[in-house]
Amino acid sequence: MTKKITIDANEAVARVAYRLNEVIAIYPITPSSGMGEFSDAWSAKEIPNIWGTVPLVAEMQAEGGAAGAVHGALQAGALTTTFTASQGLLLMIPNMYKIAGELTPAVFHVSARSVATHALSIFGDHSDVMAARSTGFALLASSSVQEAHDNALIAQAASLNSRIPFIHFFDGFRTSHEINKISELTNDDMRAMIDDKKVIAHRSRALTPDKPVIRGTAQNPDVFFQARETVNQYYDACPQIVQEVMDKFAALTGRQYHLFEYTGAEDAERIIIIMGSGAETAEETAKFMADKGEKVGVVNVHLYRPFSVKHLMAALPATVKSIAVLDRTKEPGAAGEPLFEDVVSSLFEGKTLGIAPYSEVPSTIGGRYGLSSKEFTPAMVKAIFDELKKDSQKNHFTIGINDDLTHTSLVYDANFSIEQPQTKRCVFFGLGADGTVGANKNSIKIIGEETNFGAQGFFEYDSKKSGSVTRSHLRFGPGNIRAPYLIGKSQANFVACHQFGFLERLDVLKYAGEGAVFLLNSIYNKDEVWNHLPKEVQKSIVEKKLRFYIIDAYDVAKETGMGSRINTIMQTCFFAISGVLPREEAIAEIKKSIQKTYGKRGESVVQRNFEAVDHTLANLVEVPVPTEVTSDFSRADAVSDKAPEFVRNVLGELMIFEGDDVPVSAMPHDGTFPTATSQWEKRNVSLEIPVWDPDVCIQCGKCVFVCPHAVIRMKVYDDTVLENAPETFKSIDAKFKGVPGNKFTIQVAPEDCTGCAMCVEACPAKNKEQAGLKAINMANQVPIRESERDNWNFFLEIPDVDRNILATNTVKNSQLLRPLFEFSGACAGCGETPYVKLLSQLFGDRTIIANATGCSSIYGGNLPTTPWAVDDKGRGPAWSNSLFEDNAEFGMGMRLTVDRQSEYARELVKTLSDKIGSDLVDEILNADQSEEAGINAQRDRVAALKTKLAEDSDPVVQQFLSVADFLVKKSVWILGGDGWAYDIGYGGLDHVLASGRNVNVLVLDTEVYSNTGGQASKATPRAAVAKFAANGKPLPKKDLGMIAMAYGYVYVAKVAMGANDAQTLKAFKEAEAYDGPSLIIAYSHCIAHGIDMSKGLTQQKMAVQSGIWPIYRYHPENINAGLNPLTIDSKDPSVPVEDYAYNETRYRMLLQSDEPRAENLMEKAKNDVAKRWELYKQMAEIEYKAVNGKKEE
Amino acid sequence: MAELKTTYLGLELKNPIVASASPLSKKLENVKKLEEAGVSAIVMYSLFEEQITHESNALDYFLNRGTETYAEALSYFPELENYNVGPDSYLELVNKIKSSVKIPVIGSLNGISSGGWIEYAKKIQEAGADALELNIYYIPTETTIDGKELEDAQVELVRDVKSSITIPLAVKLSPYYTALPNFAKRLTKAGADGLVLFNRFYQADIDIETLEVNPNLVLSDSQDLLLPLRWTAILYGRVHADLALTSGVHTPTDILKAMMAGANIVELASELLAKGPERVPELLAGLEAWMTEYEYKSIEQMRGSMSHKAVAEPAAFERANYMKILQTYDSRFKADPVIRR
Repeated sequence: MTKKITIDANEAVARVAYRLNEVIAIYPITPSSGMGEFSDAWSAKEIPNIWGTVPLVAEMQAEGGAAGAVHGALQAGALTTTFTASQGLLLMIPNMYKIAGELTPAVFHVSARSVATHALSIFGDHSDVMAARSTGFALLASSSVQEAHDNALIAQAASLNSRIPFIHFFDGFRTSHEINKISELTNDDMRAMIDDKKVIAHRSRALTPDKPVIRGTAQNPDVFFQARETVNQYYDACPQIVQEVMDKFAALTGRQYHLFEYTGAEDAERIIIIMGSGAETAEETAKFMADKGEKVGVVNVHLYRPFSVKHLMAALPATVKSIAVLDRTKEPGAAGEPLFEDVVSSLFEGKTLGIAPYSEVPSTIGGRYGLSSKEFTPAMVKAIFDELKKDSQKNHFTIGINDDLTHTSLVYDANFSIEQPQTKRCVFFGLGADGTVGANKNSIKIIGEETNFGAQGFFEYDSKKSGSVTRSHLRFGPGNIRAPYLIGKSQANFVACHQFGFLERLDVLKYAGEGAVFLLNSIYNKDEVWNHLPKEVQKSIVEKKLRFYIIDAYDVAKETGMGSRINTIMQTCFFAISGVLPREEAIAEIKKSIQKTYGKRGESVVQRNFEAVDHTLANLVEVPVPTEVTSDFSRADAVSDKAPEFVRNVLGELMIFEGDDVPVSAMPHDGTFPTATSQWEKRNVSLEIPVWDPDVCIQCGKCVFVCPHAVIRMKVYDDTVLENAPETFKSIDAKFKGVPGNKFTIQVAPEDCTGCAMCVEACPAKNKEQAGLKAINMANQVPIRESERDNWNFFLEIPDVDRNILATNTVKNSQLLRPLFEFSGACAGCGETPYVKLLSQLFGDRTIIANATGCSSIYGGNLPTTPWAVDDKGRGPAWSNSLFEDNAEFGMGMRLTVDRQSEYARELVKTLSDKIGSDLVDEILNADQSEEAGINAQRDRVAALKTKLAEDSDPVVQQFLSVADFLVKKSVWILGGDGWAYDIGYGGLDHVLASGRNVNVLVLDTEVYSNTGGQASKATPRAAVAKFAANGKPLPKKDLGMIAMAYGYVYVAKVAMGANDAQTLKAFKEAEAYDGPSLIIAYSHCIAHGIDMSKGLTQQKMAVQSGIWPIYRYHPENINAGLNPLTIDSKDPSVPVEDYAYNETRYRMLLQSDEPRAENLMEKAKNDVAKRWELYKQMAEIEYKAVNGKKEE
Repeated sequence: MAELKTTYLGLELKNPIVASASPLSKKLENVKKLEEAGVSAIVMYSLFEEQITHESNALDYFLNRGTETYAEALSYFPELENYNVGPDSYLELVNKIKSSVKIPVIGSLNGISSGGWIEYAKKIQEAGADALELNIYYIPTETTIDGKELEDAQVELVRDVKSSITIPLAVKLSPYYTALPNFAKRLTKAGADGLVLFNRFYQADIDIETLEVNPNLVLSDSQDLLLPLRWTAILYGRVHADLALTSGVHTPTDILKAMMAGANIVELASELLAKGPERVPELLAGLEAWMTEYEYKSIEQMRGSMSHKAVAEPAAFERANYMKILQTYDSRFKADPVIRR
């Protein structure tokens, strides 16, 4: 009997692809990374493919590289695959043309994702695969987890049989990340489907010196065209080959697929043609409507390329009168989206060829839906069918949004539902950190594998990496669950809110249907809880007649040593109340799965979870629901009424998860957004915040320096300011030289703090009466929230320090500068953001930033609100993200413009000297802008000049005014992580450094691809475990700094602020001041290191002390002065490398899993450190002589 | 030639020098060197209840943290096949050592509470250990728990461990008991076959510059011998258990004193850590030379010869403060027999 498994599509596809290939070239990109991670892990465990040999998995430096490696591996005769999405697929396109042109069988598995346009999006649509449709690859689409599993095999077999390479795609997140119960394909199934003769034939075409051939020739106008036409027969044959494979598959498994799958009334008149997960929704809706007598049907397109007119004609019912073709992509400027165009031309061709079932070509409209995982629901399908009834149908429509700008959208009735009463629907609100999603994944697996029910789980996450809200949608019931859309309003039988605080800002109960169960994690008991619920919540409970249960999960968690993880507790409650399994059985299953999940992490973990399960039921209570609403308070507004209108009306909706209702007209047309919006999103995510003790404080500024979220700040000011200070506002005599003002305050933003406690860690001042206390101590937020909010608002009103007179060469002084990067969505305790913030403090008012895709582009630029801010004059960093791979070039382009425009402006100043006046011309052209005061003086000159010339209509003056601001110094910064700098963007980075242009590169080096979940990069150090290096990285970290130093004219610094903040500050200032390329490589501790994040700075210090991370500055100007350019700022290694390394899970887990290998790699890592230290020391000691005693030109 | 043989926990040992629980036993090659050097048995380094629990909880915490929070990074580490956070690697090592050396191997278990973890005692036995040393310690900070409660719990622990194994059990004690002889007797009744005197702890030290508390463990010296020496002398003959003396054993003289006080063996750690296994032959030679010179036939002969019961003036072991004592007055003869009992 077929085994049922409950997994997501990434795993379902990887299980097949891994076993059908010999070489797998991978590169991480959301949402496809999971497939590569599974493959790498299986390869590390030496799990064989169906031929009994272990596939070789190689991580490449980019998708372009992966495609190149795939091409090479195929040419050499291996069965080869890769996994990718979005920009990754785009980078593969050049190779794909080659692979297809050479008729090479291979399958690329793609979790289809939006291609970045006006914005990046990690979510699903078909814009990536549509961009690859002309490569010559076949495109096979899957609509569900089961189909993705099956089509992974069908694609491979069809590719081998047809010699056409395949893209097998399925919708990113909606399918790739949906957990569903499916029938598993066995090795026997796969062996039965794959014809070994075809495999051998593939190998026989390989390049080998034993039977040499040449491929990849260059051809001329004489024969290229003819040669290109030779492949037609293969493409002509391909559709039938795919159908035959599908038929063979059906005979084997009972699951029959067709190139064009028809579902609906036999006599349907209205047809929707669609592919991907939306097809499943459309099919289920068509069945529902057809059962009610409506003449509707759906054609689900599986094989999109080669597009078979013949098979489409065979799929359409003869009764068809009107067709809507839905595309999950947008092709601006085209006559229609791609599937629509293919269908329209096929309808005519079918008629011409005489194979059409209809006598009259049906009226056909096209529409767009579901871009970037926009919901696509039965209600929308119904609206489209309804549209097809109309005499005048809207072509090029959109569905699922409100397009009030160009009026493309169809109106739909959101209340229309086809949900089956026998299916149970459950929605859970959780916090990322509380384990809710993990528990729900677990629950759905238990239901899927231990009952006869079908089961489905889908999970929504928000854009923040700290304090993020998760929403889980679980369905289970008889039969397969075919509903690839979220549980809708009033549709859930069970709603759980795992955090009480959510009720104060989110409409959690909108999901609850009448008579549903509501489970709340509550610190209030049965008698108290009702009075703590906002009006809206009480109203929903009363009106929807909900059954209301509570548990104090944090209390149970505390009692059982679970800390903040309430996952097993809430999971136990769910099973206890939902009754999906008998209680005893459910508890046994939870325990079984605890044993399975945590067993290898040790007995005490298992026991602790068992105890949590056992303690739960006694604490779960039903609350009698009053008949009336009694609450006297409402849910809080998402945004302060002081916020700008755009923030209130648009971004505010996104903050409370109501962004789907934002109309088209409210959105910027070109992706341009105001900065400084994170200040309006008061997230209150931390239970504890730092509190300043002025009596202990030594005013060193270290706490401000290290704060990753810029929530802790300091100011020096005149005591007259204090006249209007709130009662609890703290102040002390200032101890600053050369800074005007006699009072000093450190103030915390209570509602923005994430509670990481890095400030406490950094504080060097200890309380003399109680040494456990410092000048900054953590305290409960709730009792001081209100008063500190007032204090914060008052603090913001205090004038900032005058930048003209502030010497910023000390850490202490530098921290009086206002951060222009604040309250980002980074992890609590992030090791990157303190550097980013420092850059914003020092140079933010004159900086343009090019930001590589990665963590820094997400916490720096992900909606709803963004952290880049403005100073009191409205100036601040201007920021943009282009791509992952091109960031250095992107930044260099900015520099080129700055250089060109400032030169042009200078030329125009000279041209306009009569109007400007020769003195001012001289002052402007010869301004010294090396210091703040000089820059500000130039700003004043330019401002005065602009005022003076504002009314002048002279075209030359108008030209000048548009570029005049370039007369003021601009600083170009190029930011990114190690994945960008060491791997995918390295070629560009190298070129930009080599260009000699005045750009500043900041590499936030976490030594892994942090944003996609910790895959190894070339920055990953030896002996550390990472994804794609599950056995510990066998080779040492690439020395990017050394490579850059080799140019001799690049400023290079390696810094670690936890080890030496003054050196970090110095490096930033020197890099910016250097009139040439600068590279700063910053040690950034990271959640992916597996450390206590509050101890990140200590780890930085140990990294430096152990020699793992020597800090240095390489200043090319020294060479010209006859000095050695390299200054090593750290001392001889004094801490054993393993003392540093084994504080971190990434190293420790190897020791725990494979001690001999760990010891071996650690020994080598120590050698790496020793050798590098010796080399650096020698380099720093080399005697340099002045070049002719003159500065080099 | 003087006979150095002794017995401990029913094990026949060729001499009284046993390698104490220390990092030396973490590597098989070190154990082999110790055997070659002449130690008569080895006590393995300790399997710590606290450490096992801590490691496994920490691993779980760090592997979970940040997972399922953000759509692009649903986890941060690969899931590895297995982790040796439990006792497995320890047990493997016991097994490996046991099959590679001829001297008895004594497992060592360090814990403070009864509970599931005492299963490890059985596993150590199954791994091949010839005996088990149970290291019990507790630093009480609560004012609500009295001494009896703590002692009861420890006796219970010894009983639990003993009932889960068939190999001999030694209990390693701290010196901080109000009524050590009574407690020692309770332990032997609960199943302890031997007592090891005493555990040495890390002591908390204060750094007055950084205002931090730092753990401090310095290697012992012969001065440290005196505490266990006294209690060995007092317990000898009073409790039905073998006695191992540890702490401050550095010279042949120290070993002789221990034997005379009543110890069956001495356990050495600091001396071996400082000077390496090659120190063992020197100690043995010194021991033998002294015994030959002073015409002691065997260790057996001298054992307990200077114990509390055996010495001419037992009060010397009882005295805690300097007093001017009449040299000719022997309290033994004057004491009321009823009170003495």
